[in-house]
Amino acid sequence: MAEKRLMYGNHAVVEGVIAAGCRFFAGYPITPQNEIPELMSIRMNEEGGVFIQTESEIAAINMLFGAAAAGKRAMTSSSSPGISLMQEGLSYIAGADMPVLVVNVIRGGPGLGNIAPAQSDYYQATRGGGHGDYFTITLAPHTVQDLFEFPRLAFELAEKYRNPALILADGLLGQMMEPVEFSFEPIDPKDLPDPEWALSGCGGRERRIVRSYDLKQGRLEELNVLRSKKYKKIKDNEQRYDAVECDDAHMVIVAYGTCARVAAAAMRIAREKGLKVGLFRPITLWPFPSDVLSDMSKRIKNFLVVEMNCGQMIDDVKLATEFRSKIDFLGRPGGGVPTPPELYKKIEGIYGGMQ
Amino acid sequence: MRYCPGCGHGVVHRIIGELLVELNVRERAVGIAPVGCSVFADEYFNCDMIQPPHGRGPAVSTGIKRARPECIVFSYQGDGDLAAIGTAEIIHAAGRNENITVIFINNAIFGMTGGQMAPTTLPGMRSTTSVKGRDIKKQGYPMKICELLSALDGPYYLERCAVTTPKNIIKTKKALKTAFRNQVENKGFSLVEILSMCPTGWGQTPVQAKKWVEEVMSKYYPLGVFRNRAEEEK
Repeated sequence: MAEKRLMYGNHAVVEGVIAAGCRFFAGYPITPQNEIPELMSIRMNEEGGVFIQTESEIAAINMLFGAAAAGKRAMTSSSSPGISLMQEGLSYIAGADMPVLVVNVIRGGPGLGNIAPAQSDYYQATRGGGHGDYFTITLAPHTVQDLFEFPRLAFELAEKYRNPALILADGLLGQMMEPVEFSFEPIDPKDLPDPEWALSGCGGRERRIVRSYDLKQGRLEELNVLRSKKYKKIKDNEQRYDAVECDDAHMVIVAYGTCARVAAAAMRIAREKGLKVGLFRPITLWPFPSDVLSDMSKRIKNFLVVEMNCGQMIDDVKLATEFRSKIDFLGRPGGGVPTPPELYKKIEGIYGGMQ
Repeated sequence: MRYCPGCGHGVVHRIIGELLVELNVRERAVGIAPVGCSVFADEYFNCDMIQPPHGRGPAVSTGIKRARPECIVFSYQGDGDLAAIGTAEIIHAAGRNENITVIFINNAIFGMTGGQMAPTTLPGMRSTTSVKGRDIKKQGYPMKICELLSALDGPYYLERCAVTTPKNIIKTKKALKTAFRNQVENKGFSLVEILSMCPTGWGQTPVQAKKWVEEVMSKYYPLGVFRNRAEEEK
């Protein structure tokens, strides 16, 4: 069996990034993700990689732009206010079709907010975040194991589609400890081939230009149409989810990340009392796993969306289910985390009112 | 080239192009084209190029250089790009002594957007956002980048030149050669500030503009070497 270690979520990100063959980190301190740059500064040194503590998140995302354009796997981590600062860079990176990895360990907002766990950056992550027509591949881990494994998946998807990828964690996942299985052979960066876009000097080939602008009449429209075709391909091929006990369910909870863990506990209470409750957990938030949810809504008449915000993913659930089902909501914004009994009470109330 | 008659960009582009060949680094060069008139620089250099967000050239350069230290990375930036929106990035790249070459074109105005006041616009100088002349009581004083950066321990080489006369153009080429060679020799951060003409933005003829740099602008921004650690270390 592979090596198992008890780890903090934030530390699992670091080991996951290194195992994914990434040797470039640039970032700026912000709670609750400081354990990532702290451990990264040690680990990148040990692995002969690059660690840069930047003057701002703006500089960090642009260093990633440079490193990705140079053909190397590059990542940064931050928390909500810092991710807001990165949106300009992400828009340019998306416009230049470059793959980078950004980990957001979400905290309460808006503004400086607080340092408690939240899911209030869902819209920002799944709607592009910055200016222009674009989307970022967004993964939602729900265990420390996911935090170890998702960086590799994120880099693979980002490179396959030449698109930035985000991992959307929260303060609770980052700060908690769980056993982590080192479930795959670490990738040696030397085994990663130079991608076809890499700026490495034009010796022996045509020169390359990486840019997000085109002023030729009609050309930017063409580029946007091409990119939207890419997004459709991602939506068709990369929807990921986990469905637990949904087959016989009369009602299904939809939750991701920390909320999915709370929902699983509440579901157990409900099942013990004979209530047929299932759990649908999106793993990709963009592309949202709409197809399965849409099918499910032809059979299941009640969904309960649980989020650590005032209601953001609920919009995607409504779009996916095309208003065929009744959709209830339990939200805890500003750093609040729902408890299993609180959620069970909500389930009981809805279940009691069902036919 | 898509630059106006009398503009200094063309001259500086030519110098850089010549140096990439003379120093035999063209095939491992990566250039950064800024936001501003010289955004078109990505079309004019026969080497790999990237176009980053406004002012972020030094950060993007840092990413490329650290990811591929064998590349020769140059960041070409105007005064809006480097001395306004990208102030943090240039100061910290200099502070880290990043091993990159920065070419800073100072023409005291925002050219591409139509002649607005720049951080380098001289006191009393007219622009489309200071129509009665830059009022230092309301609009403050210009940014002197070489002087500002020379307060730091980080940078290896800082020089201010102008592309007005053949003599000055030769001096500029010499400074840029030093700035590129420093990178080849892994010495660290080099920046050459170049006073350049913008006849269109200034509402002058090319000849008047050249004269104005000589007689007015270079009085406010004195030419010369502000830092040369190679000399200090001798």
